[in-house]
Amino acid sequence: MQGSMSKDVMTTLVVSAALIWALPLMVSTYTLTILIIYGMLGLSLGLIWGFGGIICFGQAAYFGLGAYTYAIAAINFGESTIPMLLAVIVPAIFAALLGLMMFYGRLTDVYLGVITLVVMLILFKFINSTAGPQYVIGNARLGGYNGIPGFQTLNVPGDPSAYIWGDAYFYVCAVMLALVFILVSALLRSSFGRIAVGIRENEIRMSLMGYDIRARKTILFSIGAAIAGLAGALFANWSEIVTPSLFSLRQSAEIIIWCIVGGFSNRVGPIFGAAGLAYIKILLGQQSMVDNTLIMGIILVVFVLFLPKGLVPAVAELWNISFGRRKRGASRSGRRVRNRGKANG
Amino acid sequence: MAEIVLETQGLTMRFGGVVAANNVDFTLHARELRCLIGPNGAGKSTFFKCVTGLQTPTEGQVFMRGEETTQWMSHEIASLGVGIKTQNPNVLDSLSVFENIWLAARRFHTPIEANHKSQEIIERLALSSIARADLGQLAHGERQRVELGLVAVGDPWLVLLDEPAAGMSAEDVERMTEIIHELNKSAAIVIVEHDMQFIRSIAENVTVFHQGSVLMEDHVDLVMADQTVRNVYLGKKA
Repeated sequence: MQGSMSKDVMTTLVVSAALIWALPLMVSTYTLTILIIYGMLGLSLGLIWGFGGIICFGQAAYFGLGAYTYAIAAINFGESTIPMLLAVIVPAIFAALLGLMMFYGRLTDVYLGVITLVVMLILFKFINSTAGPQYVIGNARLGGYNGIPGFQTLNVPGDPSAYIWGDAYFYVCAVMLALVFILVSALLRSSFGRIAVGIRENEIRMSLMGYDIRARKTILFSIGAAIAGLAGALFANWSEIVTPSLFSLRQSAEIIIWCIVGGFSNRVGPIFGAAGLAYIKILLGQQSMVDNTLIMGIILVVFVLFLPKGLVPAVAELWNISFGRRKRGASRSGRRVRNRGKANG
Repeated sequence: MAEIVLETQGLTMRFGGVVAANNVDFTLHARELRCLIGPNGAGKSTFFKCVTGLQTPTEGQVFMRGEETTQWMSHEIASLGVGIKTQNPNVLDSLSVFENIWLAARRFHTPIEANHKSQEIIERLALSSIARADLGQLAHGERQRVELGLVAVGDPWLVLLDEPAAGMSAEDVERMTEIIHELNKSAAIVIVEHDMQFIRSIAENVTVFHQGSVLMEDHVDLVMADQTVRNVYLGKKA
């Protein structure tokens, strides 16, 4: 298992390095940066929904919380290191508290979806209504629908005047995504990750095995929120302004669509889904002939109807068929022995 | 006298106006094997669910090794060392046999020990040839056997099985009987079952449920010869 993990890390590093080198030759680093951030956001939902079976319709809440936490802390601290950490911690704690209420309250499936959606809409409403001067945290005015502009962006730790921006910021975001991907891979290979997949498959059976599914779901939900929070902080640095639209229904719906199109139950699907669809949206935004929402809707319908597992699993399946790799379990004799299964994505 | 491992006192479960289990007093001793029988709707499965934490009884108490577990959830009961198998095969369909058993073993062992333990159980239950197959691809009997593996891998001292032989071939039932006898060497077992032939092959004592209450509790031969029990099974008024 340790060998597989090293192989996974090496593959991630090599693929990441190749993409970091090749992609800027085709697309501007400014655009690539936002695609990476969205990829990280997609991965956060893919982790909790695809591997933990937690239906979350409000993942944008943690993205927005991360962005706002960063902006508010950056104004107060005047540098970016502690705000970056807070942007991960605050959404994680918020999700842990929400998770405790939901999972220990024995809410399941669609109710989870509704609650997470409603919480996100409450945050949206709340932030929108904070335009008055009385809504201040330290030196930071929340700004209502105008959002918070003009905060300290990412700097070299310990040196607030050494800003990281432009191409350098793209490399930082790319490395962060690679690191998050490696950490998620390690998590899914661990006992915790395998148990989470078991819970996704059959909660009652896992409970009858003696696992407290409520605690594990809360932890996984919190980890997903932490990743979304990090993506939010990176987004805040990229856009240099945070607005209530980060908590919007549209934002949350897009995250779900990215994951459906890319494929939920694997690690790379949500990243490719997010980056691919966000890039298409950017391209469509440069023309006025067709409404890009319509195109996005058509893409979603096509995928739901014809590739319900998503693009990446479909390509992987096609690869296996084309190159003659036997599907596990197709035959009961001479089956290739593996010590871990698809639980690890 | 052997230690009492499972005891219920006045266990009652109501669903609105329907009393599914009515004031059930039940005692099981260490390494005893007891079958719960009765016609459909007699309250066996409700009793089973109340004991396993899948449902919380309306009234009464449940004790396991002297500790009250009435309000406990099923994961807390399983954590005590109680192996539970539900009526329908309750397995992880998209994972392999090995992964299913490994997850059950991991609850009580370190990852490396869980590997060894899983391998041991797979060999004991003659599952080696299908160890890497996904559960969703297996036949009903094989799935039942795997679920018994999930129960056995935790080295339980109490095993609760709901219709383990349901829908199985004669050969599978025979294998299941052997496994249950082996489990019974170290654990007390309660089996909810309909198949009288299977019951005769594994149990000495049976408890007969009728209309939510315990009708009779005795040796299987005496119970089967009893006219009241016969009437209950044939649908005559008891």
